[in-house]
Amino acid sequence: MTGLGALITRDVRIAWASGGIVNALAFFLLVTILFPFAVGPDTALLARIGGGVIWAAALLAALMPVERLVGPDAEGGVLDQLSVRGFSMPTVAAAKIAAHWLGFGPPLMLATVVAAGLLGLSAQTLGAVELGLLIGTPGLAALAVATAALVTGLRGAGSVAGLVMLPLAVPLLIFGAGSIDGGVGALKLLGAVSLMLLAGAPFVAGAAMRSALE
Amino acid sequence: MVQADQPSGPSFGPVPAPAADGLGEGTALAFRDVTCVRGGRVLFERLSFAVPPRGAALVTGPNGIGKSSLIRVAAGLLRPVSGEVGGAAVRTLMGEAAALDSVRPLRDALAFWAALDAEPTDPQARVARALHAVGLSHIAEVPVRLLSTGQRRRAALARVVASGAGLWLLDEPANGLDVASVAMLERLIAAHRAGGGAVLIATHLPIALPDAQTVMLG
Repeated sequence: MTGLGALITRDVRIAWASGGIVNALAFFLLVTILFPFAVGPDTALLARIGGGVIWAAALLAALMPVERLVGPDAEGGVLDQLSVRGFSMPTVAAAKIAAHWLGFGPPLMLATVVAAGLLGLSAQTLGAVELGLLIGTPGLAALAVATAALVTGLRGAGSVAGLVMLPLAVPLLIFGAGSIDGGVGALKLLGAVSLMLLAGAPFVAGAAMRSALE
Repeated sequence: MVQADQPSGPSFGPVPAPAADGLGEGTALAFRDVTCVRGGRVLFERLSFAVPPRGAALVTGPNGIGKSSLIRVAAGLLRPVSGEVGGAAVRTLMGEAAALDSVRPLRDALAFWAALDAEPTDPQARVARALHAVGLSHIAEVPVRLLSTGQRRRAALARVVASGAGLWLLDEPANGLDVASVAMLERLIAAHRAGGGAVLIATHLPIALPDAQTVMLG
């Protein structure tokens, strides 16, 4: 479907042009750098908690662009124009999830290599973290878009978004961080949570966007 | 025909309906007993009118009476609490917001929408013709954020022209336009109607529409 491709391209382009991707990555790296300052330069300790630190930082970085994912399109009449052209809101939400992941997942996985170096993670741990992020970030992107749609039109949408999104992301964090030394079982559960979010988010976000139209 | 209580919302295409109920293929847009409620307040009740091809309807009334809501009901963005909205024509909307990506050149911002229109012909060619029609060809490469208010409105009008849709739904199209641009708007509407199109216009500014029916609210 060419329309879906056009929507995804547009959203990825906006994410790059607004600097949202670079900001989120810089934020991600800053959070991982803050941890050694907070817990001290104990290499063994950092190597042990590093994977969890990366997951927590990834979660916070996913939250960064939430305000610009849906809100500007709802206010700017873009959703109106898409609706008049026959796009259903769940379709638009699915395109936004795909675009958000494309602009956020792969760059984050690259930045993780840098973060792993800073935290002194072993190559084996880095591999486990990257695999977990590959499985978990689509779910994170779906959750971010659903949250963005739910808080559209609220005052102080950004702070409300954090309160809505972070508790719902806890399962991803548990199984993501758990998969680093927990093996295949945690990875399967991470995949299940991620798939559930991916399957449900377009409809939640679509319903919220639909009510924003009215 | 689109039922008022249909749960799936926005698929508002050219839906042919049997001619017997008065919402047939011969009509570009038909309202039958449409009631619209916003925020617990009844804006209009049991409103019925039809716009034939080549026809025009002018929605008038004081501020806040529901002119924009009527346009949004016609566009399928707002569900009426009762009644039916029908009609065979493909719709296009010029709303209050420009909905053009601010960092992109005007031509590309319009081409994004033109590519999503139901019209199968080349989007770039349609955009070029539409920009010429609204007199913005010379700033086609300028980013949308640098456009003035009036130029933005003309750009939104260019999207309507480029859509090739049979029914234009225009919400306050004359806002922010100078005298010459209003004359251009009137010429474009006349040409659209001469080509078999129909328009529904909500406005509080005078726009010359020969043989238009008036939908008076309030």
